[in-house]
Formats: sequence, C-alpha cells, structure tokens
Amino acid sequence: MANVLHIVVCAGIVPDPLQTLEPVTGPAGPGLKNEMVLPAVLDPWAASALYEAANLVAKNPGSKLWLVSLGPKAKLQQVMMTIAQKVAFELVPVDGPIGGFPDAHATAAALAETIEAIPGLDRTKCLLFGGWESATRGAGVTLQLVGERLGITDQFQGVDQIDLRDDGSFEVLERVEGGKHQVSACAGTPAVLGWATGNLAEPRNNPQVGMANMRTIMPALAKAKKASLEANGLRYVSVSLPKQQRTTRVEKNMTPDAIAAELVEWIGAE
Amino acid sequence: METILVLTHTDESGSALTKASLEAVTAGLDLAAQIKAALTISIVGAGAKAAASVLASTGARLLAVTGEAFAQARYATDAAACEALCRAANATIVLAPGTSRFTRVAAGVAHRLGGFIDTHITALGGAETIEASRWFYRQRVEAVLSRDARPWFLLLDAGTHTAFAGEPATAAVEEIAVQLPALRTTVSGFRAPAQDAQTIRPDAKLLFVAGAGWTKKQPDGQTHAAEAGELILGFLHATSASLGSSKSLVDQGGEGEPVLPFLTHMNQIGQTGATPRHPKGLSTCCHGEEPHVVGWRFIGDRRAISLDPNCGWSRGKADVVYVADAFPVMAKVNALLEAKKA
Repeated sequence: MANVLHIVVCAGIVPDPLQTLEPVTGPAGPGLKNEMVLPAVLDPWAASALYEAANLVAKNPGSKLWLVSLGPKAKLQQVMMTIAQKVAFELVPVDGPIGGFPDAHATAAALAETIEAIPGLDRTKCLLFGGWESATRGAGVTLQLVGERLGITDQFQGVDQIDLRDDGSFEVLERVEGGKHQVSACAGTPAVLGWATGNLAEPRNNPQVGMANMRTIMPALAKAKKASLEANGLRYVSVSLPKQQRTTRVEKNMTPDAIAAELVEWIGAE
Repeated sequence: METILVLTHTDESGSALTKASLEAVTAGLDLAAQIKAALTISIVGAGAKAAASVLASTGARLLAVTGEAFAQARYATDAAACEALCRAANATIVLAPGTSRFTRVAAGVAHRLGGFIDTHITALGGAETIEASRWFYRQRVEAVLSRDARPWFLLLDAGTHTAFAGEPATAAVEEIAVQLPALRTTVSGFRAPAQDAQTIRPDAKLLFVAGAGWTKKQPDGQTHAAEAGELILGFLHATSASLGSSKSLVDQGGEGEPVLPFLTHMNQIGQTGATPRHPKGLSTCCHGEEPHVVGWRFIGDRRAISLDPNCGWSRGKADVVYVADAFPVMAKVNALLEAKKA
C-alpha cells in the first residue's frame, strides 16, 4: 500500500565548484567577489535530497514535492533552468541574500516561516529533506533548526538511504564515524532527513518535465517573498583565503622502481 | 563572567568517553583558563557516571545523564539530555565534539535554549572576546568569527585539540533527570563492511586516494579494473591506510563504467565528500582539481602519482608529484612492502 507523503526539500544555491572564490568584505559583511555573476548550481547534497524525494514521490501516488530555496531571484531562476529538467516539483522561492556568510539561525527562521505558509501542506505527512551540510556555510545546522521550529523531533543526518514500509514507518541509514551507518526505524512522518549522497544517480535532463515545471516556477519567482536575514550577533573578525601554497617537486624521469622505493621509505618514515 | 559547559558522550562501550569528547574537554580546560571562566563538564551515555572517572582530575563540576535510553544516539533522547544538562549548568558557552551524535542534535538544543551555534570550529582564541575559526565553502575560505549572543554553542572538529588524559579516580558526579518525550525512533545498531573489508580508517597515518584513472583504458587499449582493485586492496592491507576516492570514480557505478566494488560514496573526498585528517596522503590516478583537493585541507604531507605533469597536484597542491603510471608503481610498492614485512 502506498503512503501519501508531503516532501519539502530545502536546497540552497552555491557557486559552481570549479569557480575560483575570493572573499571580499563590504558594508553588509563578508561575501565573495563577483558573487552575483559566478555560475551557480543547486547545492550538491541538497540535490541528492531532491532526487531521493522525487523517487519517493514517484513510488507513492498522491504524494507531493515542494522545493524551498532561498537566494536572489535572478540566481534562483538561472539554477532552476537546469534543475527543473531533472524532476517534477513545485518551487517555493524566498528572495534573500546569497552565500555562506549570513547567519544559519536567520536562514532557518525564514525557511520555517515559508514552509508553514505552503498551501496544502499537511505537516503530519511531512518529510523535511535537505543536504546534511551545504557547500557554502557547511554548518549542517539549518535543517535541524527548521525542524525544531516546525516541532519535528525525529531527525536524521547524513542519510544515505530510506526504506518506506507499507505501514508508513521507515528505516533510515545515517552516516556515523568510521565508515559505518547507524540503522534506525521511525514510526512515520513527520521527520527531518539531512541527506548525504544517497544512492541515486543524477537524473537525465527531461525537457518535458522542464516545460511543466517552468510553467509554475516563473510565476512563483515573480511572487517570491523577500527575506532579510538578521545577524543575530554574528560578527566576522576576518575572512581570508588560506595562504598555504606548497612548493611542489615534480619528478618526471624516475623509474617505477625508484618511485616505489622512495614511497615505501616515505610511508615508513615517522 | 562566562560559564563554560563541555558536552561529552560515551563511546559504543557506554562506559568510556569518545576521543573527540576528550578533545573537547581539553578545549574547555584551555578556554576556561584563558578567559577565567567556571567550567562544567557533562556526559551523556548509558554508563555516564562510570565514564566520569577520567575527568576527576579536571577539577570541573561534573554532570551526567545516564540510563538505557541514552545508550544509543537518537535525536529525541539526545536533544532532551543535552537540553537538561545545559539548563542545569546555566552555561553561556557550550563546547561539544563535532561527532555524528552531537552534530545531529546540537543546533536543535541551541534553539530550545534561545541560543546560537557555530560548527566545525578548528581553533578558539581571542583576548577580550572569544573568537572561533572555521572554514566556509568546503575548506576554501577561512574565517574567524565571534558572537555577542548567549548561550553560544561551538562544535569542535575532531583532531583540532589533544585528547585529555587524566588518571582515573573517584569523581563526584551530579546526575541530571531528563523528561523524555514519546519516542518514535528506535536504533537497531550499525551496518558496516566486514572488519577486513572496512577501508575507511579515520585514525590511519596515511590516506590513499584512488582516482578515476584506475578504471580507464590502459596502454593496451583495455580497462583493468580487477587488477586495479587488487593493487589498491593489497596496498591498504600492507599499510593499514584509509581509502579515499574522487567523486568521478565512485559515480562510475551509476554510469555503467567499470567500478571498484569496495568503493562507496562514503569513501569520497572533496567538495561533496569528506575532509579527513591524516598526517600523510598519497593520490593516485586523480587530476587534483579543486573540487577534490578541498577535501585534502587537513592532510599534512601530500604526494601524488599522475600521468599528467600539469595536473592540479603539480600546481602547489602536493609536495611531490611523480609523473608515472600508477599500475607498475603500486605493484612495485606492494612488492617492496611485502618483502619488508617478510
């Protein structure tokens, strides 16, 4: 028997990982140089959450999927042009600042307020998904804070797998230390799942899905509420690039025997 | 005046503190001395009171939440335990190890107490105010930050402080009662590869990274994934190194290309993977591009074997780059290690 799920995925946008990042400090605090023109992608771990959510929705007829994303409208629109072709979802955009330096508590407050206002969302059937950490702030706290604000006290982080049972309960595998998974069983929704990589490959682009998504994405972006994020007493003393640049010895003419001998000596050296 | 609470928890035995917890104790002692603050240390775990004996020499006030409900890591019970401990200590600064157990709950606890949290802290400093260092953008930008708001929770990255080593002695521990909510989650245990198949070893001295080149076509026009697997596992067996991988190699499984069956996404290092701490790292068949190398931020001495003399490693990201085919090199390395052992 299928379970009806209302899955809300929180996903931010991040600079494409191949871009060079340079921190700058402006009147509003630290940020990245040319941040608004850096190509952006959906946060990788949150993208895993989105694909896993779409997979669950497809397997459970009657289920719904919302993607809640906070960022500047123009950047959201750019990223959605790609993501909309992957899986079907309803976008709930929040027009707010970009980047990893705003306070996570303020971000969580804006996201929770937005989720509470989603029309038709049954919070008793809700699975709140997201990445277990972002590729910007990387704090791993925003989803937890949203969950607490929504009163959800079954939370899982570093999730690689969820197995939904017919009775609505589910088993979760969470990453723990030493390359292991903790295995838990939860009685059912609501719950928070912060995803690691999961098990699904990135879906191929499907223009038909993209067309269907974009019909609702553009009006949603036009109506996106503005969020201004409070600093909550957070103050940056310094923001800088790491200075460590190694002097690399490049060995082009050593034989495999010589390399192996040098490596074995290096491995054994204290 | 600040009041510091260090939150710790027991390991799987239930009666000893985790190494990361003992590191947090050191951080708490150092910070308390630096800012002349009162220090409380608390323990969560089934046998928390027994685990407290190693903390007797700290001179700190000791609190514990103990009992079967706290034997395993679970959001509802751990959040309730940490909340009760924080309220009992009335702390303005809360330090905790960034273990999977506490990273799952600490933000929720901070919210319940009306406080704020910063995680992945790598250093604590400051003269008149507390300043915390952490990385942003997956170890690509470093920042030092401070907060005026209290309570302020700081989750410390493992390996950033030495583990506290106190002589076990009888300790006076105050047990804190916890009002538990209805529990909807049960933890049934752990799932891990067989002991001899476990390739992720956080305490290893060496990180060995396999890149996608291991499964690409070799000079004979064929792929040699099975041979690559034997070489890699042979090296891991001989050195007890921890195995990491580039994203492209672990992704190949989903794309129908040859795979190394012992690799999973949990081995992945970099932008969408782990950032482990090891004294040495050896990269093989990997380009050393930025999304991968950000995961090497905390690797000390770095060497790479790559066919490309202009790969990312040779541009200031490794100490030594050997321009060579990793297949014959690693075969020789394994033979030498075997001979050395014999």
